[in-house]
Amino acid sequence: MTTTSERSTLEGAPARATGRRVRRNNWATPYLFLAPYGVLFVGFILIPAIYGIWISLHDYDYLLPHQPWVGLSNYTDLFKSGSRDGADFWRSIRATAIFTVFSVPLLVTIPLGIAMLLNRRFPGRTFFRAVFFTPYVLGVAVVGVLFRFLLDPTIGLLNFYLGKIGFSGTTPWTTQVPWAWVGLVGMTVWWTLGFNAIIYLAGLQDISPELYEAAEVDGASAWDKFRNVTLPGLRPVLLFVLTLTLLASANMFGQSFLVTKGAPSNATRTAIYYISQVGLQQYRQGIAAAMSYILALILVLISLLNFRLFREKEES
Amino acid sequence: MTSLATGGATAAADEPSPQRQPARSGRPASRSPLGQVLFWLMLAILTVIFLAPLVWMLSTSFKTHEAATRLPLSWWPTPWDTGAYRVLFGSGSANPVLRWFLNSLVAAAANSALIVAVDAAAAYALARLDFPGKKLIFVSVITTIFLPAFVFLVPNFLIVSKLGWLDSLWAIIVPSAGGAFGVFFLRQFFSTLPRELEEAAIIDGANQWRIFTRVILPLSRPALSTLAVLSFLTNWNDFLWPVYVLFSPNNLTLPSGLAKLQNAATVDYPIIMAGAVVASVPVILIFLIAQRQVIESVSRSGLKG
Repeated sequence: MTTTSERSTLEGAPARATGRRVRRNNWATPYLFLAPYGVLFVGFILIPAIYGIWISLHDYDYLLPHQPWVGLSNYTDLFKSGSRDGADFWRSIRATAIFTVFSVPLLVTIPLGIAMLLNRRFPGRTFFRAVFFTPYVLGVAVVGVLFRFLLDPTIGLLNFYLGKIGFSGTTPWTTQVPWAWVGLVGMTVWWTLGFNAIIYLAGLQDISPELYEAAEVDGASAWDKFRNVTLPGLRPVLLFVLTLTLLASANMFGQSFLVTKGAPSNATRTAIYYISQVGLQQYRQGIAAAMSYILALILVLISLLNFRLFREKEES
Repeated sequence: MTSLATGGATAAADEPSPQRQPARSGRPASRSPLGQVLFWLMLAILTVIFLAPLVWMLSTSFKTHEAATRLPLSWWPTPWDTGAYRVLFGSGSANPVLRWFLNSLVAAAANSALIVAVDAAAAYALARLDFPGKKLIFVSVITTIFLPAFVFLVPNFLIVSKLGWLDSLWAIIVPSAGGAFGVFFLRQFFSTLPRELEEAAIIDGANQWRIFTRVILPLSRPALSTLAVLSFLTNWNDFLWPVYVLFSPNNLTLPSGLAKLQNAATVDYPIIMAGAVVASVPVILIFLIAQRQVIESVSRSGLKG
């Protein structure tokens, strides 16, 4: 769309103009190319990044006529015992942590198995690859309302079939822990598994077939080949998938928002859910900004730890 | 996963132009009959697990409310009923899904076009031109890829509200175009194009704008369309931001509309599932058409991880 319009303006440009050589060397040209993106970058990335810190140092309550400077107290309040916001915040961090601890291992291992299934020559391979990836192109909104329905305690498909094969059939998937966590983690695995599987598949295809042939000559079993050829060959890809999945899990919002609404008593209200409620619904932006920086700091620490662990393993 | 684009953060880091052909490689399938049976059985079970929820969504959307809540549950709608779609698409509906659909379409198309246009120009300068401050600009832009999106949530909400964009599609179209992913993605692609092409054009007397539009852009069609598709899908599926910045029933996009349906006082699953079908069909179609590009960009993202 844009390229055609750009091209049409070009047709009118005097290509044979004598000033072209001067224009080509114009010092401003690179900056003019950068300018449109630059405006958006400064306006919606750079300024917010700094403005966010400024906000977090103020009592940015929409009920107040002014937004008084409060220094670091938005941060320190979150660490005070007896603070309502602090208690809710750490409870939401705990919810995100629980979700991460249970979803990440599944999302790192199951897709690897599926990628290994797909890494064979067989008819219909492209079809199956597309099938496993399809849920991922659906948004969390579609997946959320769909699973809210599938997990419904009375009219949900899951309980209906569980009842048929002899289970109680009344499991409260959307209202009670730990069931709610099983539901939230399960739907997330269904939704995003294909994404990780595709990344693994590319990694598997990068491993030289000669390595497998050499292992076979040495009489290696399937397990030996997996441990000594596949896993070492996938190490960078594994780290990438792990990091990406960790960050995605830490951003979990839509599943809780649509399926459990945080129930029971905010046990499944994740950090992003809570921060967005405080900042964008209750309009208490100061403390919400402070919370998002603390969460970001936690993520940075976890990522660093993650890289450190991988590097140590590599060295040993 | 918050967006398709984050997955491709390092996409195109290696040679992007010739499309790899995953289907050609791979290890031969097991030759033993038992292995064959197990293999196909596993694929069949997985396929059912992956497709059944989608079939259930479609089937429920053609049920009456009574049929959707009647036990035992049935995969076939009896009676077959298009009431849910008629409620959603009917004029004067409290949940104007047609309107949401158009809002989503306009926002995603505009956002995608904006991203491709501004990112291509910026990437061209960063990949092919020399100027003071280039390195600093590039590094500061790329660094922001690693900042978690939620850090921008609160300040951008205030900025958007000061611009008067709350409850308008501008809030969905413009702010996310500041993201650095596309600039990085296209810069990597542009850097791989041979210099000789440009030199020939310079000898012909072309200026930078001409080289950009006549040489670089036409050669970069695969990368540009991949970025367009990824941006469109990401914007179409975006959830948290529209939920909080759009309020009026007429201004919602499909994801925020689905949240409204789900949070309504009376939950009517055929209607919600019909809304979900409407939200799914375009992205599934785009995925089927651009499957190769989408999967390529995701799969390449891991290689340089």
